[in-house]
Amino acid sequence: MNCKDVIREISDYIDGELVLSVKQELERHLEHCEECKMVVDQTRLTVDVFCDSKPIDLPGDVKSRLHDALRRKLHAESS
Amino acid sequence: MLCAILIQPKARMQPPIGLPRPLSAPNPHRLPSTVARDDEHLLVAAAKRGDAQAFEELVNRYEAKIFRLTMNITRNREDAEDAMQDAFLKSYAHLKDFQEDSRFYTWLVRIAANEALMRLRKRRPNQFSLDEPVEGDEDLMPRELEDWGPSPEQRFAQTEMHEILSEVIDKLEPDFRVVFVLRDVEELSTEETAKVLGISVPAVKSRLLRARLKLRQKLNRYFRQGGTN
Repeated sequence: MNCKDVIREISDYIDGELVLSVKQELERHLEHCEECKMVVDQTRLTVDVFCDSKPIDLPGDVKSRLHDALRRKLHAESS
Repeated sequence: MLCAILIQPKARMQPPIGLPRPLSAPNPHRLPSTVARDDEHLLVAAAKRGDAQAFEELVNRYEAKIFRLTMNITRNREDAEDAMQDAFLKSYAHLKDFQEDSRFYTWLVRIAANEALMRLRKRRPNQFSLDEPVEGDEDLMPRELEDWGPSPEQRFAQTEMHEILSEVIDKLEPDFRVVFVLRDVEELSTEETAKVLGISVPAVKSRLLRARLKLRQKLNRYFRQGGTN
């Protein structure tokens, strides 16, 4: 497996979706290729920082408009 | 700053003392989501019977996440608000059709993503097309390889990280951004993402790979050791 093959498999690797033989081959490459190891680590960290991001509170005006619209809808349905 | 309201880093869980996670070890992200609480199905059942309070509780629970989703897709506050509002109204109108073969939240994300995509296509008809084939392999090889240090995210305060994430995702092309947002921020499966976007599983995988590599490249500017800009 060369560097280009590693990059092509990076997503499946960090998602744990590679078949065992390919995963082992990729990890053998990482043992001696510092550049690929850095790309793998940084790509995983990239996913982690976004994956761990949380929504902030809904702005007050947006929330009131949403709930007003919902109440109108719920009221219309029940009457 | 408009995009600054989108993403805020969570307090990260630290590995147990004495068991550091090796950076290159596989770390699958596709674990069952903790978004849906155990009582979600009870609220859905009550809402289906016409309990308006139960539906409002579901809205309270997911409104911030759905707004983040619609903002991340449209990158326009007005469109994001409209898409979120229509998503909740449509989910209420079609609640009886929800078969409960998936989580309510996942079903809601599909509706909201479609509402947001519709508005994105309308606003940027020439800039967004999931039909376009992605480039060949030659664009994949990463550039600018610089050490990020052991924990770059700890170098930034929450608000700084929040702005960095918003800025880099804003610069990602829409057809890569929507795939990344659904897959890595909302944690839909590859199959669910393909279904929402109406594209094949290989197309999702190809765009996701490119999105991740492009974001890595953009974060390099902030995360490289010894500089924040």
